[in-house]
Amino acid sequence: MRQGGTGVALPPPSYVLPAREKVILSIAPSALPIGMRAIEKRFGSVSVLRDLNLDVAAGEFLTLLGPSGSGKTTLLMILAGFIRANAGSIKVGDDEIITTPPHKRNIGMVFQNYALFPHMNVFHNIAFPLKQRGVATAETAQRVEKALELVKLQGLGERRVDQLSGGQRQRVALARAIVFEPRIVLMDEPLSALDKGLREHMQIELRALHRRLGMTTVYVTHDQREAITMSDRIAVMNAGRIEQLDKPETLYAAPKTQFVAGFIGESNFMPVECHDGTVWYEDRRIHTATPAPAAGRHLMVVRPEKLRLVTPTEPSNGINVFDATVADIIYQGDSFVCYVSLRDGRQLTLRDYCRGDVLARLPAPGQPIRLGLEAQDTILVASEG
Amino acid sequence: MNGSLPISHWQRLWLYALSGLVLLFLIAPSVIIVIMSFSDSTLLQFPPRQWSLRWYQTYFQSLEWRDATMVSVKVALMTVLVATPLGTAAAYAINRGTLRFNGTINGLLTASLIIPVILIGIGTFFLYARIGLNNTLTGLVIAHTVQALPLVVLTVLSGLRSYDMNQERVARSLGAGRIAAFWQVTMPQIRFSIVSGALFAFITSFDEVVVSLFISGGETTTLTRRMFNALRDQIDPTIAAISTCLIVLSVVLLAIAQVFGRRS
Amino acid sequence: MSAQSALLEETAGGVGEHLNAQALRADARRESLRLLALLSPSLFLVCAIIIVPIGWLFWLSLFDETGALSASNYARFFEQASYIKTFVTTFKVAFIVTGACVLLGYPLAYMLSQLPRRAASICLIFVILPFWTSVLVRTYAWLVILQRKGLINSWLIDLGVISQPLSLANNLSGVVVGMTHILLPFLVLPLYASMKTIDTDCLRAGMNLGAGPVATFRQIFFPLSLPGLASGVVIVFVLCLGFFVTPALMGGGKVVMWAMRMEQTTSLYSNWGAGAALGVVLLVVTLALLGLFRWLLGARATGVWSSR
Repeated sequence: MRQGGTGVALPPPSYVLPAREKVILSIAPSALPIGMRAIEKRFGSVSVLRDLNLDVAAGEFLTLLGPSGSGKTTLLMILAGFIRANAGSIKVGDDEIITTPPHKRNIGMVFQNYALFPHMNVFHNIAFPLKQRGVATAETAQRVEKALELVKLQGLGERRVDQLSGGQRQRVALARAIVFEPRIVLMDEPLSALDKGLREHMQIELRALHRRLGMTTVYVTHDQREAITMSDRIAVMNAGRIEQLDKPETLYAAPKTQFVAGFIGESNFMPVECHDGTVWYEDRRIHTATPAPAAGRHLMVVRPEKLRLVTPTEPSNGINVFDATVADIIYQGDSFVCYVSLRDGRQLTLRDYCRGDVLARLPAPGQPIRLGLEAQDTILVASEG
Repeated sequence: MNGSLPISHWQRLWLYALSGLVLLFLIAPSVIIVIMSFSDSTLLQFPPRQWSLRWYQTYFQSLEWRDATMVSVKVALMTVLVATPLGTAAAYAINRGTLRFNGTINGLLTASLIIPVILIGIGTFFLYARIGLNNTLTGLVIAHTVQALPLVVLTVLSGLRSYDMNQERVARSLGAGRIAAFWQVTMPQIRFSIVSGALFAFITSFDEVVVSLFISGGETTTLTRRMFNALRDQIDPTIAAISTCLIVLSVVLLAIAQVFGRRS
Repeated sequence: MSAQSALLEETAGGVGEHLNAQALRADARRESLRLLALLSPSLFLVCAIIIVPIGWLFWLSLFDETGALSASNYARFFEQASYIKTFVTTFKVAFIVTGACVLLGYPLAYMLSQLPRRAASICLIFVILPFWTSVLVRTYAWLVILQRKGLINSWLIDLGVISQPLSLANNLSGVVVGMTHILLPFLVLPLYASMKTIDTDCLRAGMNLGAGPVATFRQIFFPLSLPGLASGVVIVFVLCLGFFVTPALMGGGKVVMWAMRMEQTTSLYSNWGAGAALGVVLLVVTLALLGLFRWLLGARATGVWSSR
């Protein structure tokens, strides 16, 4: 099995990953897997994607997550056929589509700004793909109605696009992208233009819609929370490569690189050293749940919510205990954040919920405290710099 | 008040007065011509003592002026029909911006705005003399098309720049081919720019003097060429009537362009 | 290593390590050809009507009447007094007209930029309408106003200010007035557009820091408006150099400018070599001025044309 430097493992030859059980309803595209191999893209002399390999299982909701400039949107555009790769292969099912023009790819696409056609009403926007395919008028009306129903916009077919709210536009764009039963649906930050409450609502709705229809979906976002909420799997991209491809819970619990640990969730990084099969932070031995990695310098990832305050009387065997001083405490209603300095001056962040017992013994700034970290909550990644 | 400073209008009075005079300087000649065109006198009197439409009668009854007007209208219409699609296609290709010599191409297409018209006139005459296009409608249409192209290209280009190309992309992904996507999605949204470009092309051709002086004549004498020759000899009040028609034409076309511009 | 990934590596290696690179290059070429096809009719026309004839004229200018290669067509510019006079007249007119446009155009553009949007757009009509009115119509209007029996003279005589008509048309002053009127919008429109982009907060800050209205204008607004002014000046100057209609009609044969000289040399005397040489020098001067301007101010020179 080839294991690239990107840490992406190629799946078994069948291209099929075990997909979740789907309840497939009326508009039910026969979902197909996507296999991308050795995708290269340069703009001038700048390399945007480098030897990129990615498999998406049939019916999977896969998210490309990364900061701007990581190549995630470029990859999506290559998949849709709007940007031409310099090299590589894209297979949808058994068909090679790398040189297929976009209108023959049969891929539904939702853009960040929705790109609804302002000179058509909602009905004609959604009917557009059916019209291109020569679907009969009666059937078109039926299918548009069904699509509107799916996105909960029944009866709004005659509305002009500029009469719709942001959330409604988003739904129309979605309906338009699925009404022709595409093999694949691509979404480029479709929720980023909505305000926070609506965005969270739409995340859940999109997720439910995906469960219902079961189309293979590739979703691009820079919002890690959104990615975690919605995805079956997440491909974290950085500088034109996939850093890690995993289920959300695995990405959070076991990031493989410093970048992934920093990008998903909040993290404290503590430089540690390994020798003779043990891990050391300064002169303190760190208890880990996994065997120590190769000798040398590493980074220990410590999630703020995994740290807790340890009372002086509490026994400290089996857990890692650090002595620290409170720098500041910020009360945030449901939780509090505690900024502490270790003895060597390193700043750490601790977060905990405001349960009664915790709140009762909140330390004051300047006060010495002890931080506890369970052995199973230690994560070690390679030190990148 | 978007851009004004806390300076009172009184303090600015001199500025308003001066600017008013400059605006008067700009508009007065046209107004005077329009008024004088309704004068009854062959003498230049302002304001006219008696009113009549005799100069319009002279204009419309003169075979020569009528023929020249017909030539100009025909040439301008054909220029619009040629320059608009060509300029739109070129603007579309430039807007894609993927070609290697995009800057050079842009420069070439807008060259006729920078190169002295007299040079274009002499050059075109010289070329047409070799290929027999002088004094032909075809020759005039081609020469005017070249002069109108930059305006169409620039107008459509500015329309395309404010148009969201994702619209065309999404149309493609929804199953529309290149032509279908342009025709059904892009065209309807930039049509106001295209119409404005077409109007500019019409005015450019209709008002063109210098190149027409060289390459039109005989049966294909344009209105502007005949006016130029008439002005060289003497000041004929008929020209005031013709000028008024030209001014009205400009106002109407500009108003249409404004209305379309606002809607896009 | 599984059988399939071995196969994959092999096929990838077969096309020189880059999968489908050839097919993608071919696809990119087809796309470029499509775009080129869209451009080609326009490019063909421009090349055929502008580039080829002008190149041809350049070629002609290198030969004398006998058909021998010589620089005589250019040498005569320095030798014959009439040519030198033409150049002097042309540059004199260009400088005066440009100066007049600046003096009239700057206050107007300044006022327009300070007016509320509605008022400004109404005033702008007065600038744009003449802009789109035929040059001939406007020249005719000035002839009517300025000639011996024209409006100004008859008014002045009626009022008893003068007894003999002043010669206002058919001389330099007529040419200058007519050309200023025609070229003024070319200065006002780009200048106004650039003044519009000046951040009013900058000016408010200036006044807030204690600069009076005059100081604010001189030290903040004026320097910020210079790029727009410069582009307007260059356009007007360059257009002056090649201007034909107004001097031909209002110069009364006394004011011979560059473009008129070209027309006379070619149509009247059919001396193509000499006329072509004049054209070459005119084009070179024009392009040199535009190039110099671009170099001084960055690539904005052609941008202002789009304001038309």
